[in-house]
Formats: sequence, C-alpha cells, structure tokens
Amino acid sequence: MVTGVTGPVGGALAAREVVATVVDPEMPMLTLDDLGVVRSVDVEGGAVTVTITPTYSGCPAIEAMRDDIRARLSEAGYPRVEVRTVLSPAWSTDWISATGLRKLAEHGIAPPDRVGPRPTGPVPLTLTAPSTVVRCPRCGSPATEELSRFGPTACTALRRCTACREPFEHVKGI
Amino acid sequence: MSGHATQGDHDATNAYRSLADSISHDDPGWAFGTGVEDVQAEITSPVPDGVDPAELAEYCLMLGDDALICSQRLAEWVSNAPELEEEVALANIALDLLGQARVLLARAGHVEGAGRDEDALAYLRPEPGFRNVALAELPDGLDFGRAIARLLVFSAWRLALLNRLLDSRDPVVAAVAAKGVKELAYHRDYAARWTLRLGDGTAESHRRVQAALDAVWPHVGELFRTSDVERALVEAGVAVDPAELRGEVDEVLDEVLARATLTRPTAPPAGTIGGRGGREGLHTEHLGHVLAELQSLARQHPGATW
Repeated sequence: MVTGVTGPVGGALAAREVVATVVDPEMPMLTLDDLGVVRSVDVEGGAVTVTITPTYSGCPAIEAMRDDIRARLSEAGYPRVEVRTVLSPAWSTDWISATGLRKLAEHGIAPPDRVGPRPTGPVPLTLTAPSTVVRCPRCGSPATEELSRFGPTACTALRRCTACREPFEHVKGI
Repeated sequence: MSGHATQGDHDATNAYRSLADSISHDDPGWAFGTGVEDVQAEITSPVPDGVDPAELAEYCLMLGDDALICSQRLAEWVSNAPELEEEVALANIALDLLGQARVLLARAGHVEGAGRDEDALAYLRPEPGFRNVALAELPDGLDFGRAIARLLVFSAWRLALLNRLLDSRDPVVAAVAAKGVKELAYHRDYAARWTLRLGDGTAESHRRVQAALDAVWPHVGELFRTSDVERALVEAGVAVDPAELRGEVDEVLDEVLARATLTRPTAPPAGTIGGRGGREGLHTEHLGHVLAELQSLARQHPGATW
C-alpha cells in the first residue's frame, strides 16, 4: 500500500513500479507492495527516497529489504537511493493486500484474520489459544491447532493440521 | 580472524566471502554493530517544546535499556531451551525487544547530541551509564521457570507502560509504544500460558515456578518507583508515572497466579541505596556479567569492520 507518490509523475511512478517488484526476503511469494510496507516513493532531481515500515520492531528482514530496494533501483538507472524507515503508524497485517493474502494461502501459509482498529484501554489477557478457525492451507480442514505462537519468522505462528497432519505457518494478526 | 580473511581471498567457495559479496555495501559495516547505515526518519524529530533534552535522552535510555538487557538475558536461551519451539519463541521475543531498544537508544543518542549512536550506547557505555531496572538484568541460571517468571512480570509491566505511552509527546517514544504494544501482548500471553502450565502442572513444575516467582519478587517494587527524571517528564507530557501502573499490573498478575494455583509472594522489595536504584545507574552485581558478554567483542576489536 503506497500512500504517497510525489515528484515528477513519470519518474516517481517508474521508480515506484521498480520498488513494487522487490520481494520480501522471508516470504518471497509476496512483494513489498503485497506486504504493505512501502509508505512512499519520492523522486527529486534523480534521487529516490523510499520510505518503508518494519513489520516488527526487530524484524531482521528490513536490512535485506533496504539492500534489495537499492540494488533494483540502481539496476533501473536510479543510482542515488535513500531508504528510510518509519515506525508510525505501526504496521498491521490488515495492510497485506488481497493479492498478498491469496498468494500466502497458495504457498501453504495461512493468511491472518482481519484485526481492525485496536480498542483503547488495557490490553486483555488471553490465557487460552483463541478459538478462531484457521484453515489448513493444504487440505482446507478447519481442524488445526497452534503449536507455537512464535514461528520461523517474526510474523508467523506455527500450527498443525489434525486432519492431514501437516504442520504449517500462520501469519499472526497484529 | 586474519587467517580466514587470507584464505577467503583465494577461495571463491568461502561462505563468509560470498555473504559479504552478496550484500555489497558501499561502506563496510562495523562488525559488532548493526552493520548498515540506518536512516530512521523519526529519530531526528525535534525535541518537543518545553522538554529538557537531557531528561528525554535519559528517559529513552531507561526504556531502551530495559529492553536491551532483558533481550540479552532471553538470548542466552538460544541453544539452551528445553524444546526447539520454546527456543524460537524466546529468541523472537528477544528480537522484538532488541528492535525496540535500537530505536530508543538511537533517539537517546540523537537527543543527547554528543555524537553517540545506538551502537556506541549499547557496546561502549560503562555499567553506571545503564538505566534499566534490576528485573531485566537478573540471571535465570537457565532455569526455565525463572525465565518465565521474569518474563511474566516484565511483559505485564512493560505492556501497561507502553500502552500509556501511546500519546507521549515525544514522537519516537509514541511510535515505539504503538509497535511495542502489539508485540508485548504476544510476549505476555506466552509467559502467562507457560505460568499456567507450570503452576498447574506437576508438583515439581509447581514448586519450581513458585520458587522462581519468589526469587524475582523483591525486584517488582522497583518497577513502580518514580525517578526524578520520570516525574519531570510526566509534567511535560512525555513520560508515564510508573506508580500509576501498579493496579493494572497487579490485576493481571493476580489473575494469572490464581489460575496457575500459585501464591503471590509476600517478600519485601529489595531496598535502594540512598534512594537510588537502576534508574539512577545503581545496579546489582549481575549487570556487569551481562555487559561483559554483550560488550567484550566490540571492546576487544574497536571499530572492526567486515
């Protein structure tokens, strides 16, 4: 989701299209655009400023994203690139595009449920795993269970399908 | 190591060499730091009107050091956890906290204006310069019950704190809070569920997690003690008075402990020295050990690049 494109229309749009093709280093079926981490692409006098937002505070992929954006823009004829990161507003899985959600499912990763705006006041404690149905991305069975809320990447939880017995990742809603 | 470097020059299959090639930076990264130039747009935001920059820097260190030191303790579990899933979970939690710490330390360094970046603050600051609470630095001796008891208290407290910092007048503190609340909610649930499993598990797991709670409890009082810097920044709309968090945190802890059939410890809080504690740079003997591991390589090879 790109919220702002400024500068000379042709240049910015072309640079923006290049950035849109860069893929997430940990979930390469998604482009950065699908993931919703690209905030803006600005071109001014041949210099490109790309603003991205991290998914999690400590997401190690952000450095790879920055390198990949620089490299792709450089190949496309934009040698002067600055990649900035902004934290606010905080990324939400709600920003993953419809295409992104579909691609996740196609690649065996259960997409997140919609989180919606966070209610104000103290954050409620959840002492048992939420009963929301996460369907197995392989066989479609709703009979799946959470193995661990912390999976191989910062954004995924680990689940198992009790019907087909396959473990799978689930992008947890934040 | 010079031996590796020499060999690497002639060996195209050297894994480290190809790693360095693949990320081909114009500028080599400091070997023990973040390694890349990091343009964080928000960190350079102006200090809000009426806020003392020195106090804001100090407050960012408090929030950042709590996260950094707790993260380092959690990272000790990598290759030591009872199961792979728990190792991944603890490492993930440590990584979230490290990410929060990096931004807060960078903000502290920027506001301080003395030319120290996040790496200088993390790797080269002496022990009395750290502003974390003692709870973050306590060793858990690779006792999983201790790790869970500390994480339960720490995450319940930090979640309540960050949740009230969402409206901080400092844009960096507010931005870290907004991301941190989502992360800490997962950390607290993780610790709470494990507290239930251990407390309401076997006689042995119950005994050990109760002993763990008893061990961390004397350091709970410090979490709600208001330092002079915090008091001044509450006035300025930047900080939260930690004393106000007590009711909310107690409610959460009491609910978890009751469900886990555990007893809330009654141990008195560990004392201060002349009214000073972690927030004033006075630490237990444990912080020195944490820093020795955290800082030794960076200090042995100052400015090393790769």
